[in-house]
Amino acid sequence: MKSKQAGSSIKRGLAAVAAVFTLMAGTAIAADPIKVGSFLSVTGPAAFLGDPEQKTLELYVEKINAAGGVLGRKLELVAYDSGGNAEKARTFVKRLIEQDKVDVIVGGSTTGETMAVVPLVEAAQVPFISLAGAVVIVEPVKKWVFKTPHTDRMACEKIFIDMQSRKFSKIALISGPGGFDKSMRGQCLGVAKKYGIEVIADETYGGGDTDMTAQLTKIKNTAGVQAVLNAGFGQGPAIVTKNYRQIGVSMPLYQSHGVASKEFIKLAGPAAEGVRLPAAALLVADSLPQSDAQRSVVVSYKNEYESRFKSEVSTFGGHAYDGLYIVVEAMKKAGGTDKAKVRDAIEATHGFMGTAGVFNMSPTDHMGLDLSAFRMLEVKGGNWTLVK
Amino acid sequence: MQSRPILVGLASPRTGGMLALAGVIALLPLFLSNKYFYDIVVLVGLNAIVCVGLNLLIGYAGQISLGHAGFFGAGAYGSAILASRFGWPPIAAMLATTLAVALLAYLVGRPILRLKGHYLAMATLGMGIIVFMVITTEDAYTGGPDGIAVVPFSIGGYVLQGERVWYWVVGALLLLAVWLAQNLIDSPAGRALRALHSSEVGAEVVGINAAKHKVMVFVISAVFASVAGSLAAHYSGFITPGKATFLHSIELVTMVVFGGMASTFGAVVGAAVLTTLPQLLAVFEDYEMMVFGAVMMGTMIFLPRGVVPSIARLFQARSKQQIGDKESGA
Amino acid sequence: MSAQFVQYLLTGLTVGAIYALVALGFSIIFNASHVINFAQGEFVMIGGMATVSLSAAGLPYLLAIPLAIVAAALVGLALEKFAVEPARGASVVTLIIITIGASIFLRGLAMVIWDKRFHALKPFTGDTPIPIGGATILPQSLWVLGVTLAIVLALTWFFGRTLLGKAMLATSHNRLAAQLVGINVRMVLFVSFGLSAALGAVAGILIAPITTTSYDVGVMLGLKGFAAAILGGLGSGVGAVVGGLVLGIAETMSAGYLSSAYKDAIAFVIILVVLFFLPSGLFGKRGGERV
Repeated sequence: MKSKQAGSSIKRGLAAVAAVFTLMAGTAIAADPIKVGSFLSVTGPAAFLGDPEQKTLELYVEKINAAGGVLGRKLELVAYDSGGNAEKARTFVKRLIEQDKVDVIVGGSTTGETMAVVPLVEAAQVPFISLAGAVVIVEPVKKWVFKTPHTDRMACEKIFIDMQSRKFSKIALISGPGGFDKSMRGQCLGVAKKYGIEVIADETYGGGDTDMTAQLTKIKNTAGVQAVLNAGFGQGPAIVTKNYRQIGVSMPLYQSHGVASKEFIKLAGPAAEGVRLPAAALLVADSLPQSDAQRSVVVSYKNEYESRFKSEVSTFGGHAYDGLYIVVEAMKKAGGTDKAKVRDAIEATHGFMGTAGVFNMSPTDHMGLDLSAFRMLEVKGGNWTLVK
Repeated sequence: MQSRPILVGLASPRTGGMLALAGVIALLPLFLSNKYFYDIVVLVGLNAIVCVGLNLLIGYAGQISLGHAGFFGAGAYGSAILASRFGWPPIAAMLATTLAVALLAYLVGRPILRLKGHYLAMATLGMGIIVFMVITTEDAYTGGPDGIAVVPFSIGGYVLQGERVWYWVVGALLLLAVWLAQNLIDSPAGRALRALHSSEVGAEVVGINAAKHKVMVFVISAVFASVAGSLAAHYSGFITPGKATFLHSIELVTMVVFGGMASTFGAVVGAAVLTTLPQLLAVFEDYEMMVFGAVMMGTMIFLPRGVVPSIARLFQARSKQQIGDKESGA
Repeated sequence: MSAQFVQYLLTGLTVGAIYALVALGFSIIFNASHVINFAQGEFVMIGGMATVSLSAAGLPYLLAIPLAIVAAALVGLALEKFAVEPARGASVVTLIIITIGASIFLRGLAMVIWDKRFHALKPFTGDTPIPIGGATILPQSLWVLGVTLAIVLALTWFFGRTLLGKAMLATSHNRLAAQLVGINVRMVLFVSFGLSAALGAVAGILIAPITTTSYDVGVMLGLKGFAAAILGGLGSGVGAVVGGLVLGIAETMSAGYLSSAYKDAIAFVIILVVLFFLPSGLFGKRGGERV
């Protein structure tokens, strides 16, 4: 599309077009590229999700093409920035489907964006892999919708199992204003009983809040609290962690998988010491034992990403990696881009080793991860370590 | 009016504008090659309905509101909750919601419209934020920040679905909104409003009940926003609190001012430009925000009265030179 | 119970002091131009982000902080020169939209120059909490309170004792009269943007070690600062400070004693109630509107 515009006037434009044609001729691929559509929160409050996701997609589409593409066809990434706005996401997905005519969609950084476009992809019958967390995306199962991140319910369960093993039964919950925070809060309240855990304090903070000592003081003064769980992402949890130490709360602090990146430790500083959270093995790639089946995948992704972008890897980019490769594998299996066949192949994903764990999808499970995909991590000496 | 020859009536900017708008709506589908383009135009139409109402408040009554996204959100969620959670017929849900929002606007408007200028801006902003907080916090009903699914709109068994159907519905409603707004402006109440804009004390002196008129316009503009919100919820099939944020309130005011205050068609143009712009700017990727901000600043610096009045003045100035005719109303 | 109260109060004062600095910026520009500068929050962001990147480049705070403040002030001056000045004579609402455009532009620029991530800034003097009456306060909070106090005193001196300050004050009271007695009103407008940008930057730098900073941190702080300025009474220096502190304390007290989910809503309800009884805020100019 762009080459056509460039060709019209200047010489440089013509040269570029010529270069494009030579390139295409050089690779001798007659077929059209396979179009992978994406809409991500590259800016806005969820930029910390969308940014690494987009980078990962760009990086790996490039790598796959350099290695000859998929089924002899190049991949073409068509990505839009939704800014975390569900309304914008909806319009961009219409654009992907109607205008760009993509073969498959990998995207949707937040649950709100994802749920807003679900009716569209269902109606247009386009395979869609969401990169958002909440359990509502895949429960109930929607025919054309899949997702790669662990659900918030799994995070709650993993945390509660750890709490159980430490003999905690009365906890406090503090959560942020976003969809991720609210959804996880709801899920945690829902499954707490199953693990014999009682939530006896339930506080929240607002977007852009600069201080949470008031909420934490209230929790500190609630009799019987044995541990505190913070469901949130972005800057909120870092402030919570700092305030937590400032007012001298001594109970163990749990964070969610929403802050599963080195950045959290940087932001919270020494206050992060001792914080536990459930996360994919990616964060501790280098300290995984050689025997760990996941090691090669996560180490290679980590190295690729960090050497290319000079910034720390996060599990969020990993979800995009998983999504892209699940799609690519499915296309190979389906032998083309026929949407229904690709969908069936995605649903039949079995034993796929991704950065988040092993995916075993089925007609009743459009995510395919189990609790073993989560590892309990603790911050020690300014780094993530595996809890034994 | 009736004795005036039809041709003159057509030539008057009001009627001419209505006809032009109707013409654009009728002919636009020729250029819309797929559902994506229809979608953009439907969103433009919905925003334009809000802006036509908001323009009555800002442009004619001279009262600023930084909380209209609150009314839009209240309309959207009222419809969504009543229709989807309680199974009301969408039309009944919409009517009930509109009434409730009108009542809310009246109750809120009476005390806060005593405030002037920026204090009023603050009060409306506060009201909008409170609506937003209720929507995000009461997730048992509203689905919280992740939003809720909304059933399609239906009237007596006929289900409104698909971008093309919605295009005509929204197009017709926009024409209705513009017609209502223009009639209001030309009515005695409208003249009272304009008097308010230029001098509130002056208006009171000549016996205009400033408070009553301001509240009336505030309620009308809230109703426009609420109806557009209800329709948007049904059209999208999914609604999130993003549409009730402070930023969306700012966006709406910007549309009105961008297109041209005190110009109903300006409000429509403003809505069209600012709704389409992000789609056009998507090619700039990381620079999108910068370019958007620069376009906003540049337009307001060089066309301080907004796009439509500035251009209209240009034409008027030219035709004045040519015919020496006297200027028609602003 | 009382230790709890002290904690809420200390927190409220710290947050409130930041709101106050932002509110002062709003008021100074409002006085000079009757414009609500919606890019005020972006100055806060520029202060924080510039300090982060300058100190990451190896500059010590003693250099990085003044440079960041100067950078923000320059942006403020540029905003006046290239966006507000050319639109002279436009209506107030048009000017407001220009500042909104500017805030989007600056946020976009910051995103491109820096990045979209959150950044931490090292506290000026350590982060060992200091116990006060059963509660604790961070050394950085003392910096926030101390610097805010110093700035308030400095501004009092500036507006009360210096020629430029008096000229600015005179302009705010009656622009035409000020012009008639030979005050360069355009100069006043220019200076006011520089000054309030610098104030915003100071707020951004002071708070960054407590909260972290990012390219869009200005949105919320700008909004709260505006609320504080209105609560206190637009254009009133005392009002901005009191408004900021009251808003900060109201927020933490409602989070502590009432509902943390609705704390912002409660703060806004308080503002609405205050405006209902005092339509020009706590310390705003009273009296009839000029016809």
